[in-house]
Amino acid sequence: MARAALQRRLTWRLAEVTQLVAETPRVRSLLLRVPGWPGHRAGQHTDVRLTAEDGYTAERSYSIASAPDAGEQLTLTVERLDEGEVSPYLTEELRIGDQLELRGPIGGYFVWDLELGGPLMLIAGGSGICPLMAMLRRRASASSQVPTRLLYSSRTQEDIIYREELDRLGAAGSGLQVIPTLTRVQPPDWTGHSGRIDQAMLNDVAWSPSDHPLIYVCGPTALVEHVADALVSLGHDPERVKTERFGPSGG
Amino acid sequence: MRLDGNAIGGLLGQLFTAEVTDARGSCHGCGAVGALGAQHLYMHPLAPGAVLRCRSCQSVLLVLVLAHGRIRLALRGMTWLDMGDSAVPAVWPSASRGPVLA
Repeated sequence: MARAALQRRLTWRLAEVTQLVAETPRVRSLLLRVPGWPGHRAGQHTDVRLTAEDGYTAERSYSIASAPDAGEQLTLTVERLDEGEVSPYLTEELRIGDQLELRGPIGGYFVWDLELGGPLMLIAGGSGICPLMAMLRRRASASSQVPTRLLYSSRTQEDIIYREELDRLGAAGSGLQVIPTLTRVQPPDWTGHSGRIDQAMLNDVAWSPSDHPLIYVCGPTALVEHVADALVSLGHDPERVKTERFGPSGG
Repeated sequence: MRLDGNAIGGLLGQLFTAEVTDARGSCHGCGAVGALGAQHLYMHPLAPGAVLRCRSCQSVLLVLVLAHGRIRLALRGMTWLDMGDSAVPAVWPSASRGPVLA
């Protein structure tokens, strides 16, 4: 495991883009090959650094969306923020064969390993699904039966990232229940939840505090704080509610 | 903007060999104990640094400033920082795990 390897200070590595996947109109996955990648844990992130011709640099953090068992292959999923200076480049300009500077893996707090077990309650808003996807992919690749629920809030149906893969992962008998909610527009045949995640919805779909679930919440700051407060009000142990805020913009 | 201490992991990783976002610290202001990654981080992409505050009492735990090619870390609000055994490299001399008996 990564933790058993010789630890050293983080350094910048060169990653090569091997594949680009359009996930939604605003979101693209970057499949990268990172020579010497030491491995990671589900939930960790990386810093990406871009350098302009005049030497100006910009750094941003992106969660790793791939399971920690793909060797030197790594997937980052990036949402385009119109006012951002990095995400428009990553989602629109970047081409296969291009190189990026990358530093990681980073973070030992918002992580899930198989040995931590469950039941697992994952709650995401928008591209907050990315680190949770690494956990779900890890769970699937290890054929884990840890009872898991994913409550995932998107604006519209076409904004649901990894929609087909989530349908597959959450198939009957998988032990994973995917619970989507759409906040802005619902298709006429929509059978899922509507509106933002609130205390009533959490009370409805989350494990009860007596099940002692491990809870991971990731998304925009406002969603994360609202959900975390609601979970604590419902009686969940704050120590078992882990959060990762994306901020109002990260771009 | 407010984030989690977890987001400062990359910067701290330039300073420390061990992953410190899951290390637990004690707030000098209120005595609360928790993982650095779980505290409130105030940072903006265009700002030259970051401020980590206690999520219980909002006291400043640490300040990190990046300027003129230097990094300055001010650990002004933490009484102590406690890291698990996994933070110790596996190849650390055996002395860290006690004397080796032949």
